[in-house]
Amino acid sequence: MIDAFNIYDKMDKNNILLSFKGDITSELLTSILQIMENKMDNMQEEPKTKKKVYNVLVECLQNLYHHMDDATNFNGDKNRSAIFMISKHEGSYNIITGNYILNENIHGLKTRLDEVNSLNKDQLKDYYKSVLNNGEMSLKGGGGLGMIDIARKTGEKLEYDFLEIDNKVSFFTLIIKVTQTQLI
Amino acid sequence: MEKYAIEGTPKTPTISFDIQGGLLEIKGRSIPENSIEFYKPLVDALDKYSSASQPTTTVNIQLEYFNTSSSKCILDVFKKLEAIHKGGSAVTINWHYEEDDEDMLEAGEDYQAIINIPFKMVQVAE
Repeated sequence: MIDAFNIYDKMDKNNILLSFKGDITSELLTSILQIMENKMDNMQEEPKTKKKVYNVLVECLQNLYHHMDDATNFNGDKNRSAIFMISKHEGSYNIITGNYILNENIHGLKTRLDEVNSLNKDQLKDYYKSVLNNGEMSLKGGGGLGMIDIARKTGEKLEYDFLEIDNKVSFFTLIIKVTQTQLI
Repeated sequence: MEKYAIEGTPKTPTISFDIQGGLLEIKGRSIPENSIEFYKPLVDALDKYSSASQPTTTVNIQLEYFNTSSSKCILDVFKKLEAIHKGGSAVTINWHYEEDDEDMLEAGEDYQAIINIPFKMVQVAE
């Protein structure tokens, strides 16, 4: 039997506000964004923090949405599934995503993440502008701006992990911290 | 076609383009998954407008949120406007941002640095 309490307890201890596991659809994104907006309104969150969290949520969820297909092709529908969580801590929100990735794609993604993490605020601004102006627009839309934008808006490093599942796939975890705006 | 209008949705902005008045307005949220598809009709409308533009063209952008997928499309719209500006219609872009929304102000400044059209940064109350 499923141990619901175990899952509940884990979510409780990790201060999870919202969690979802499954196929990421366009309708789901609309609902999650609506729910989180309402939650932050109810918690009377500062408009500035609300906007940052909302912006990062959009980018993270759309990243998941656009990359859902990547791990589906080789191992059936089992992998057409991802996890998304948002947790609230003292002074910050954490947005956590997890999805399967082909091992052969890890290197490229890791290089991009490390590059973004190596840049300071001004460098990120320049990098963003150069990718915006010169970068190829992929059919899926983003064109590699998502991670740069997240790093710029949060002012935090992107925390990530690749957990090897087998010789074909790994599980990619991304944790984004959004610091709450302090009232002065 | 004298007017081009699109109603806003939770993920896409309200767009109105008054061709005879030379006034383009984009307001609301722009966070669609597929931005290219959403912005293509506007880019096409601007293409048509460029051959018969008004002496002045005013552009009001008032976005609450936009995703990175939209940011490329918005740049495409601005590039069309830049060509219209060079072609003889004096274009002004009024970039609105909410008080305290530094990210939105910075986003406007990013475009201002890339596009050769006069930008006005307009602060609006929350």
